[in-house]
Amino acid sequence: MKEEFKIISKFIEEKSRVLDVGCGDGILMEYLSKNKVVDIRGLEISKEKVKKCLSKGLAVIEGDAENDLKQFPDLSFDYVILSQTLQAFMSPEKVIENLLRVGKKVIVTIPNFGHWKVRLDLLFKGEMPVTKNLPYQWYNTPNLHMCTIQDFYNFCNNKGINIYKTISLNGEKISNISNSNLKYKNLISELGIFLLEK
Amino acid sequence: MSNLNKMKSILIEKTLKLDCGKEISNFPLAYETYGNLNEKKDNAILIFHALTGDQYASGINPITKKEGWWNYAVGPGKSFDTDKFFVICANVIGGCMGSYGPGTIDPFTKKPIGTNFPVITINDMVNAQYNLLDYFKIEKLFAVAGGSMGGMQVLQFVSNFPNKARVAIPIACTASHSAQNIAFNELGRQAIMSDSNWKEGLYDEKSTNPDKGLAVARMAAHITYLSKQGLQEKFGRNLQERSDLKFGFDADFQIESYLRYQGSVFVDRFDANSYLYITRAMDYFDLTKQFNGNLSKAFKDTKTKFFVISFTSDWLYPTSENKDIVIALNAIGADVGFVEIKTDKGHDSFLLDVPDFLSTIKNYLNTTYSNINERGI
Repeated sequence: MKEEFKIISKFIEEKSRVLDVGCGDGILMEYLSKNKVVDIRGLEISKEKVKKCLSKGLAVIEGDAENDLKQFPDLSFDYVILSQTLQAFMSPEKVIENLLRVGKKVIVTIPNFGHWKVRLDLLFKGEMPVTKNLPYQWYNTPNLHMCTIQDFYNFCNNKGINIYKTISLNGEKISNISNSNLKYKNLISELGIFLLEK
Repeated sequence: MSNLNKMKSILIEKTLKLDCGKEISNFPLAYETYGNLNEKKDNAILIFHALTGDQYASGINPITKKEGWWNYAVGPGKSFDTDKFFVICANVIGGCMGSYGPGTIDPFTKKPIGTNFPVITINDMVNAQYNLLDYFKIEKLFAVAGGSMGGMQVLQFVSNFPNKARVAIPIACTASHSAQNIAFNELGRQAIMSDSNWKEGLYDEKSTNPDKGLAVARMAAHITYLSKQGLQEKFGRNLQERSDLKFGFDADFQIESYLRYQGSVFVDRFDANSYLYITRAMDYFDLTKQFNGNLSKAFKDTKTKFFVISFTSDWLYPTSENKDIVIALNAIGADVGFVEIKTDKGHDSFLLDVPDFLSTIKNYLNTTYSNINERGI
């Protein structure tokens, strides 16, 4: 299981209710239900991936976060997870609002557009960056709203969203992000993992 | 008629109070089983048939000599794997394959009951079939499943008996029969009732039946089970065994010939009055209304794990109506999975060889069964 999922699962307490938004093949869901005894649901847009999840007996529904989150009642989950999909929404702002409505705590991970390789690509090549985590060309990318760890920090502060914890992931390296090292971590992190609360 | 004698059936002695207010007792419920019930009695699956189905879901139907209606899905190694599970399927009351219905002979008049049969509902059908659990001494079913009207029975079953099935698979169905579907059913009923042989439903099966009306009803309904794209691809404007139009009203087009054939074979195996009663039961089905407009309440106390399935080209029970069930379940935090299967085979998809559909159900059931046994979930 990838490092990102290991970090997410550490955030989650046993016997909690979890919603994995954009659950993909259900790898994290399977891990959580086996190891953390959580009551877990998934939402996934790809039919192929939904079928894979259902084949594993996972409670996953086909749908997308922008239209289908509204069916979940307020605070009906202890944790809602959104892994590396925020940038693909038409309206990330509304999705975050809905995640915070549905979940008591929200875990969001974002591919960091502030990473130095991304910055260098734009600075020296003058081209939109294409990296391991962001392998698309500008004309076929599903990522409509890229942001940096700093951007997401600012967003949460402006919206009055509490950031409980932020983890930086750079390759296999895990570290904490705080106000004091934010500028630096924004330069070296490939991924930012945020634990939020309204 | 030796096959009829081999037909399995239970006699339900105790009184069943129907939604219409009437009571029935000492009535037969015909059923068939596939596979073996294990010692723990935890591997039973109750399958509900659709409008024109019967208890013969798998293998060869001994009465019609044709493949069972869900032969693609039920059998050894199939979606409902009878090497592993004990599959039970009953003919609904109101039906015409051995269960109590309008074709049942009245012991006093020695004639079919006909339209003196009470109007029944999906709720009545499900309550009658619940007796099978007592008969087989099954405390809890592993699963209930069915498509179309079978799916409606799944929903009603879980609502009536919230802790009697671990898994529920309603397929291509609705919680509330739509105006469009009532309209199509009414069209079928009018075709039957307009046939002079119908005689207010008191025709005698041995002599003249309203076959023409029933055939037209079947033809009209059959169109609704297919998709426009599916029809176009299969038939297009192809002509039937002729090179030119004949400028008459014979079946010039293959689609006409196909529908006429579907109508003609249907009347050999189905009773016109049963068609009236069962379509009426579907029209009356409104689980949402049963719970004062809040479908979630229908499933309030259930621990059942739901798997809802719809098909992209099904315009009779479209994805939106299946999704309403999912939404109602999510509103109360129920355990629910949902997928819309991509296919151009229309509403009939659930009966056909749609590999994605069949394999997903198979894997879902097998994994869930072993999860329950291994992890006690």
